Amino acid sequence: MTDNTAAGPDQFDGAASGRPAPKTETADSGPMLAADGRPLKASLNRALRRQKLRAMMLIAPLLIFVLVTFIAPIADMLFRSVENQIVSETLPRTTTELATWDGDAGEIPPPVVFEALYKDIFIAQERKLHTRLGSRLNYELTGVSSLFRKSGRNVDDMGEVYQDQFEDLNAFWEDGENWNRMMATPDWLDDITAWSEDREGSQPPFEMREEVAAVLPETAATFQTFADFVQFEDEDNLANEDPWAIVYSALYEDLQSGADVASLSGPGATELQEAAAAVAGFESVDYTAAFHDVDEDWHDIEVWQTIQTYSPDFTSGYFLNAVDMKKSPDGPEMRPENEQLHIMLFMRTLFMSLVITGSCILLGYPVAWILANLPARTANLLMILVLLPFWTSLLVRTSAWKVMLQQQGVVNDTLVWLGIVADDSRLALINNQTGTIIAMTHILLPFMILPLYSVMKTIPPSYLRAAKSLGATNWTAFWRVYFPQSVPGIGAGSILVFILSIGYYITPEIVGGTTGTFISNRIAYHISSSLNWGLAAALGAILLAVVLGLYWAYDKIVGIDNVKLGG
Amino acid sequence: MVALTPVSRTAPSFYVPVVATAGAVAGLFVGTAQGSSLLGVVIGALAMAAVAFVLTQVVKAEKPGRWALLALLAAVGFFMGGLPAGLIGAAFGWFFGWFSFWLYESRYRQHLVPYLTPGQVLWHYAFRVICGAILVFLITPIIVVMPLSFNAQNFFTFTPEMLRFDPAGYSLKHYEDFFTNADWQGALANSIKIAPAATLLSVTFGTLAAIGLSQPHVPFRRAIMAILISPMIVPLIISAAGMYFFYSRIGLQGTYLGVVLAHAALGIPFVIITVTATLVGFDNSLTRAAANMGANPVTTFFRVQMPLILPGVISGGLFAFITSFDEVVVVLFVGSAGQKTLPWQMFTGLREQISPTILAVATILVIVSIALLTVVELLRRRSERLRGMSPA
Amino acid sequence: MKLTKTLLATTALTVAAGMVSAETEMADEMTIVSWGGAYSNSQQQAYHNPYMEMTGVNIINDESSAEAVAKLRAMNEAGNITWDVVDVTAADSIRLCDEGLAMEIDFDEDLAAAPDGTSASDDFGDTIINDCAIPLIVFSTTFGYRTDMVGDTPPTTVCDVFDTEAYPGKRSLEKRPIGNMEWALLCDGVAKDEIYDVLETPEGQEQALAKLDTIKDDVIWWSAGADTPQLLADGEVVMGSTYNGRLFSVIEEQNQPVEMLWDGQMFDLDVFIIPAGLPEDRKARALDYVRFASDTQRLADQAKYISYGPARASSAPLVSTHAELGIDMAPHMPTDPANATNVFNFNYEFWADYRDDIDAKFQAWLAQ
Repeated sequence: MTDNTAAGPDQFDGAASGRPAPKTETADSGPMLAADGRPLKASLNRALRRQKLRAMMLIAPLLIFVLVTFIAPIADMLFRSVENQIVSETLPRTTTELATWDGDAGEIPPPVVFEALYKDIFIAQERKLHTRLGSRLNYELTGVSSLFRKSGRNVDDMGEVYQDQFEDLNAFWEDGENWNRMMATPDWLDDITAWSEDREGSQPPFEMREEVAAVLPETAATFQTFADFVQFEDEDNLANEDPWAIVYSALYEDLQSGADVASLSGPGATELQEAAAAVAGFESVDYTAAFHDVDEDWHDIEVWQTIQTYSPDFTSGYFLNAVDMKKSPDGPEMRPENEQLHIMLFMRTLFMSLVITGSCILLGYPVAWILANLPARTANLLMILVLLPFWTSLLVRTSAWKVMLQQQGVVNDTLVWLGIVADDSRLALINNQTGTIIAMTHILLPFMILPLYSVMKTIPPSYLRAAKSLGATNWTAFWRVYFPQSVPGIGAGSILVFILSIGYYITPEIVGGTTGTFISNRIAYHISSSLNWGLAAALGAILLAVVLGLYWAYDKIVGIDNVKLGG
Repeated sequence: MVALTPVSRTAPSFYVPVVATAGAVAGLFVGTAQGSSLLGVVIGALAMAAVAFVLTQVVKAEKPGRWALLALLAAVGFFMGGLPAGLIGAAFGWFFGWFSFWLYESRYRQHLVPYLTPGQVLWHYAFRVICGAILVFLITPIIVVMPLSFNAQNFFTFTPEMLRFDPAGYSLKHYEDFFTNADWQGALANSIKIAPAATLLSVTFGTLAAIGLSQPHVPFRRAIMAILISPMIVPLIISAAGMYFFYSRIGLQGTYLGVVLAHAALGIPFVIITVTATLVGFDNSLTRAAANMGANPVTTFFRVQMPLILPGVISGGLFAFITSFDEVVVVLFVGSAGQKTLPWQMFTGLREQISPTILAVATILVIVSIALLTVVELLRRRSERLRGMSPA
Repeated sequence: MKLTKTLLATTALTVAAGMVSAETEMADEMTIVSWGGAYSNSQQQAYHNPYMEMTGVNIINDESSAEAVAKLRAMNEAGNITWDVVDVTAADSIRLCDEGLAMEIDFDEDLAAAPDGTSASDDFGDTIINDCAIPLIVFSTTFGYRTDMVGDTPPTTVCDVFDTEAYPGKRSLEKRPIGNMEWALLCDGVAKDEIYDVLETPEGQEQALAKLDTIKDDVIWWSAGADTPQLLADGEVVMGSTYNGRLFSVIEEQNQPVEMLWDGQMFDLDVFIIPAGLPEDRKARALDYVRFASDTQRLADQAKYISYGPARASSAPLVSTHAELGIDMAPHMPTDPANATNVFNFNYEFWADYRDDIDAKFQAWLAQ
C-alpha cells in the first residue's frame, strides 16, 4: 500500500503544472491585478485552490468508501501476520517464569516453571483456550497440539492431590460456601444471598476480604480468577460453586511458605490454623514429574524453546514460516527439507503465471491483430466471440474445461477416436499443471486481447505498406516496424494477465490437482482448513507485495488510465 | 468487398489436388468412424478430386452443381449413419462445392492486393485459419456447456445416447429444476437484489470520483487512482479473507449490506476505468459554454455532461453488475446462507451435488450475456455518433 | 392452499407458543448448517419440513459444514454468531467442544426420550462422544469401484486400492490424512488394533506416507463429497473413497456401473452442535429444534432418503423403505451385518488430538 501512496505527491502538486500566468507577473514592476482589484497571483491561486477542493469533494465519498470497505479490511488482516498475543495471554505465569531460562544449557526448566505451567494450563482448560494455544504452537513444532490436549485432560488430577488432603483433614474444605465465607467481605455475602433469591439484575461481583488477601496472597489471587470466571464467563451463581483444585494448591503453597494465619480472624480462621499445622506433613506434588507422566515431551527441551521463542506479543515467525524458515534459539534457520513448501509454491506460481502470460501473448496477438485490421463491422462481431467467454461465469467455464480435459473427456475422446492417441495411454490434461495452464490461458485471454487491440487500433496500417514499398520483406516489415509499436499493448496485457493469474484461486483448485495449484490455494487452505490465519496473512502479505510491485510497474509503463475494457 | 485484383480461372492441376487434400482430411474423420482411417483417406481424396473436376469441368453451372453435391453427400451420409451423419454429409457437400469453385474461380485472390506472391496469399489464409482456431478455443467451453445442460442424466458427461442424437438422452429437467427449485430461485432472487444495489453504489460514487479525477488539478492523483483501482488488483482471496474478519468484527458479516458493500468495492475499478476513459475525450468547453449561457452546475451536469458520458457510465455499470453477478469468493466469505447468490449456489452445486442444473443456469446466463453485449455494442455505436456530433 | 398453510402454521405457532409460554421467547428464524447435496435434502425432508410445518419457523440452509470450525472460530472472535445449529462430524465436534465453541447440553433434559421411555442418553448409547454433540446418523467412508473396469476379479479388500498392478487406473482419495493414513498402515501389514499406536509416532506417520507414496501418481485427490461419484460415473477413476450414501445414490438412483467395497469401511458420526454464545431466544429455538429433530421417529425418517444409519437404538426397527425407489433400506446401511464384516474402528478421539500434527505433515507431503 505504502509505496503507492508515496509515489505521487511531489510530482502532482497542482500548482506546479499548468497556468503560465504567475510567471509573467514577476517581470512587471507591480503585481498584476485581476478584475476585482486583487493581485492576479492571489486570485489565480484562489481559483486553483477552489478547483482542487471541488475535485477532492467529488472524489472524497468514493475514497472514503474504498478505504473503509476495502483497504481497512486488508490492513486489518495483514496485521494478523505479526500478532502473537495468544501465548502470553494463555500462559501468563509460565512465560514470565520462562523468560530467565536458558535453553542452550540443555536443562529442562526449573520446577517453578512447571508449577506456573500447571496453573496456566488449569485455567486455560477451564476457559477452553489450551487447545487453541496447542494448535497455534503446533504450526511451529508438530506434536504440541496433541501435547496440550492431553495435558488439558490430565491437569485436573494433578491438583486433586492437595484438594483431597485438605478435605480429608477437615470437611470444612469440601464446601464452596465455606470458602466464600472465608474469602469474601460480609457485604458481598449479603448481596449474593439476596441476589440468589430473586435473581434480579446482574450478579454482584465478588469482593475479596483485604486481610485474607494480605495473608494468603496466592490463594486470594487464584480464588479471584476462579470467582471472575464463574461469574462472568460461565455466568453461574458463585454461591453454589466449589472452588477449583488449583485454589487448594495455592492455599498449600501459601501455608507452606509460612503465612501468618494466626493474625486472621473471622470465618475459617480456626480451620486455617489447623491446616497450617498440618501442611508440613502433606504429600506434595512434583509438577515436573507429573507433567512427564502426562507426556514425556514435556521434558523435551525443544518444546520449551518453542514456547519461549513465541512468548512475545509480536512475532516474525509467520513471515519466516512463509519463506520456509523458522525461529530457533540461534536466530532464523531453514526448515527441514521435507517441510519446505512455500518458496516452491511461490516459484511455481510465478513460473506458471509466466507460462500463462506467454501463451496469452501467443494466442492473443494474432486475434488482436485481425480484430484491429478487419472492417469495423466484422471486427465487432468477432469481438463478441472474445467478450462472451469473458462474461460467462468463471465457474461454468472452469467446469466446462473439466468436462473437456479429463481422461474420458471430449479432447481425449476425440484424439483416441482419430487414432492419434492409444486408448490405454490417454493424455493427462487435468489435475496437473497442464490443466491449470490451459484453463487459465482461456480465462485470461480476453484480458490480453483487449489492451493489445486498443493499442493496435492506433497503429496506422500505412506504416507497414510504407516499409514494404521501401523494400522490406514481410517479416522485416512486421518485426522492425509493426511489432515495436505494439509492444506497449503487449506490456499492458502481460502485466494485467500476470497480476490476475498469480492471485487466482478457484480455477487451480478445480483443475489443478496437487501439482497445478497456486499460492492462493495454500492461503485459502490455511484460512478455512488448518486455521493458521497468521501464516495465511503472511503469505498474503508477500503475494500482495509482489502484486503491488507489478502494479507499480504497470502504472510506470502504461499508466493506469490507459487500461481499456471492451474496446 | 471490392475486387482489388482481376482474376482468371485456375488450372485443374492446381485446384484438383488442393480439394483432394481437403477430401483426404475429411476422409480421415469418416474413415475412422467407419473403422479404417487409411481407406477413408484414400477414398476421400479420390472422391473429392473427382467431385472438383466434375463440378468445374463437366457440370460448369455453379448453383445447381453445388446443390446437387450437397444433396448427394447428405443422402450418402443418411444411408451410412442416419440423420446425424446426413447432416454432416450435407455440411461436407456445402463445403466442397464452395471450396471447389472458390479455388477454380480464383476468388481467393479477388480481395487481395495484386502484388502478393502465392506464398503471401497462402499465409494470408493460413493466418485466418489460425485466428479462427483461437476464436474456436475461446468459444468451445461455452459450446460444450450448452448441449450438456440438456443431459438426461445427472452427470457432466456426454452419454452414448447424446452422441447418437437419441432424444432419450436429452431432457429439459435441469431447466425445470432451476425454475422450480427453491434454492435456485432464492439464489437468483438474492443475486437480483444484491447486484443492482452494488452496481448503483459503485456507479454513483465511481462516476462522481471519475469526474473529480479528470479535473486538471487533483492533488495526489496517482495515489488516489491506485487506491481506487486496488480492488481489481488485489488477489481476491486476500480481499475476501480481509473483509471476512473485518466485517465480522463490525457486524456486517452475513448481512445484505455487507455483501452489497463488498461487491460495490469490487466493481468500482471498472466504473472508474471506463468513465475516466470516456472523460478523456470529453470537451470541457461544453460545460463552460453551458455555464456561460446561465445553466447552474447541476443542470450542466445532467443536461450536458451526463448524456455525453452516459455510454461510459453504463458500460462501467455493466461491468460492475457482472462482477457482482459472477462473484463467488468474496460472497462465500462475507455472506451467510441468507445471502446465497447464484454463483454461490453453483459453487456448492459443483462441490456437493453433481447436477447439470448448473449448466442449465450457465446456458441461461450466456444468453443473458449475449443480450447485454448487444446492448453495450449499441451503446458504443451511439457514443461514437454523439462524439461525432460534438465539436472535438 | 396458501391460506390453509398460513392458518395451519399460525395455529401450530399458537399451540407451540402456548406450550412454552413459561419459558423464554423463541426466535422465528434459524440458520442450520449442513453438508449440502443428498444429505441436506434428507434432513430437509425428515427434519426441517415437518418442523417448519409444526412451528412456522423459517429455516435457512447453509452448506458450510466443511468450513464449520473455521467459521465458528471467526464468529466467536468477532462475537457475532450467525448460525443456530451446525451439522459436523465427530472429530470436528470434539474440537469445537474442546475450544468452547459449542454449547454443552444435558442429554436427558434437552433431548426427547425413546417412545418406550428409555432415556436419551441410554438410547444414544455409544454414539454420545462428548458433552456437546447430539448424534444423528452413522455413516461410513468406504470405497466404490467401476464394475466394468476391474476385469473378472473385482476387488475384495481395501488393500486392492494399493495394488496398481491388478487394478491399473486412477483412484480417488480424500485430500486429508484422516482415513488414508489408517488404510495405508493396514495395507502395509500393521495389525488392525495397533494402527493408532503406530500412527501416534513420527515413524508410523512416515511409514503411512511412504505407503501412500507408492500410489501417489495414481491418485486424484478429492475435497468435496460429490467428486468421487462424478469421477466414477465418468470412468475417470477405477475406484474411489467417499461416503456410503453418495455411492448408494450413484448405484441405486443413477444406475451407474458401480459397486460398493464395504471392506475396511470406517464408521463416523454426523452430529448437531449448537454454537456457544447464542442469545437466549435463539438458543431456546435451537434447543427446541434439536429436541424435535433428534427424536426416534425423525432419525428413522431420515433413512428413507439416504442410506445412513440412525444413531438411536430405538430408531433402527423403524427404518423402512426408500421414499422414491421403494427398495428396502436396511441392506444398504453401513451397519447392516452383511456389510459390516470387516469394519475398521475409526478413532475420532485420536484425530481430535493428532489432526493438527498429521495434517501439517500430510499437506507438505502432498505438495511435494
